[in-house]
Amino acid sequence: MNNLEFTLLVGLGSFMAGFLGALTGLGGGVVLVPLLTLVFKVDIRYAVGASLVSVIATSSGAAVAYLKDGFSNIRIGMFLEIATTLGALFGAFLAASVPTAAIGAIFGLVLIYSGYLSSRNPVDPPQDGPADPLAARLGMNGTYPSLTGPKQYHARRVPLGFSMMFGAGTLSGLLGIGSGAVKVLAMDHAMGIPFKVSTTTSNFMIGVTAAASAGVYLSRGYIDPTLAMPVMLGVLVGSLAGARVLARTKTKLLRWVFAVVIVALGVEMLYGAFTGKV
Amino acid sequence: MFKKSDWTDQKVEVVIANLLRAGVTLAATVVLLGGLIFLARHGFSRADYHVFAGEPSDLRHWQGIAHAAFALNGRGIIQMGLLFLIATPVARVAFSVLAFALERDWLYVGIAAFVLLVLLYSLSGSAI
Repeated sequence: MNNLEFTLLVGLGSFMAGFLGALTGLGGGVVLVPLLTLVFKVDIRYAVGASLVSVIATSSGAAVAYLKDGFSNIRIGMFLEIATTLGALFGAFLAASVPTAAIGAIFGLVLIYSGYLSSRNPVDPPQDGPADPLAARLGMNGTYPSLTGPKQYHARRVPLGFSMMFGAGTLSGLLGIGSGAVKVLAMDHAMGIPFKVSTTTSNFMIGVTAAASAGVYLSRGYIDPTLAMPVMLGVLVGSLAGARVLARTKTKLLRWVFAVVIVALGVEMLYGAFTGKV
Repeated sequence: MFKKSDWTDQKVEVVIANLLRAGVTLAATVVLLGGLIFLARHGFSRADYHVFAGEPSDLRHWQGIAHAAFALNGRGIIQMGLLFLIATPVARVAFSVLAFALERDWLYVGIAAFVLLVLLYSLSGSAI
């Protein structure tokens, strides 16, 4: 395959990943690395580097739409970014010392788990737990717009959420994914923050988290410009197109199909890792 | 010039949104430009990413990348665009430090400054 064919095919694949990722709300990053390693036979370190870069692009591109809605909470985001950026640095260190087969295996497990997570229905957590005094001190409590006017919420269990965010950052730095699913889990399940606030704040944090490990990947020579070019442009255009179409489609079936694809890729990654193909 | 009341979280979010959009647009344009130059010159050479060799040392830090980009090397220009992209969230955090300072929220000035330091440490290349 020559460079022109490779660029066009990878660009098209990345476009589809970004498009479906935005349409289903699952993010395109999680299918990029399996696509590059299993279909295009790219070394997993290059694949992770290119994926990280595209994650920054989609997160920053989508933030424009979210920030103006008034759902995201910049204080919750900034405070938890302490945990995700430190985790991302740790994950980038791990990426250099862990064998590539192990990275492939962890990736497979994360894919299967993400597929499972996306099959559950988003429900707002009950607001009955005790408010965390730490959350009040950190100015994390806020309001979000609803049909009946601004609604108040309080954050709970800040230390638990913070530790889970460190884990999300580590996965992001090791696998080159946004790990939005884990970030949302930390905010809505652990901290009791409403689902819509969690997802928009998570998207907002993904770019900063990915930037923390991208610096390390760049100086280690894991970011190849000619591979990252079609991946980044394809995912960016795909996710912007997906966000446009989103308003006019029923996504329930699509979400389910995409979840099945993710689980299948996870099984394939695990198989590849144990047979030495990844 | 800046009164405290002028700077609300809502207004900060709008500025940040515009900052992010400008950064991504700039980065994508530069990457596309570099990609076209690369494909025009090397489009018909064989593509191989199966064997990991690591990038040459001049594409690993900003001085080398700037040098390659100004020499109109396609790979150098793409890498420059990627550097702009990585710098976009960093600029966002740097702006947040300033915005929290204008809101007189010193706790969050400290928190944002810490996140900024982690990002700069990663980008400085000393974190290998």
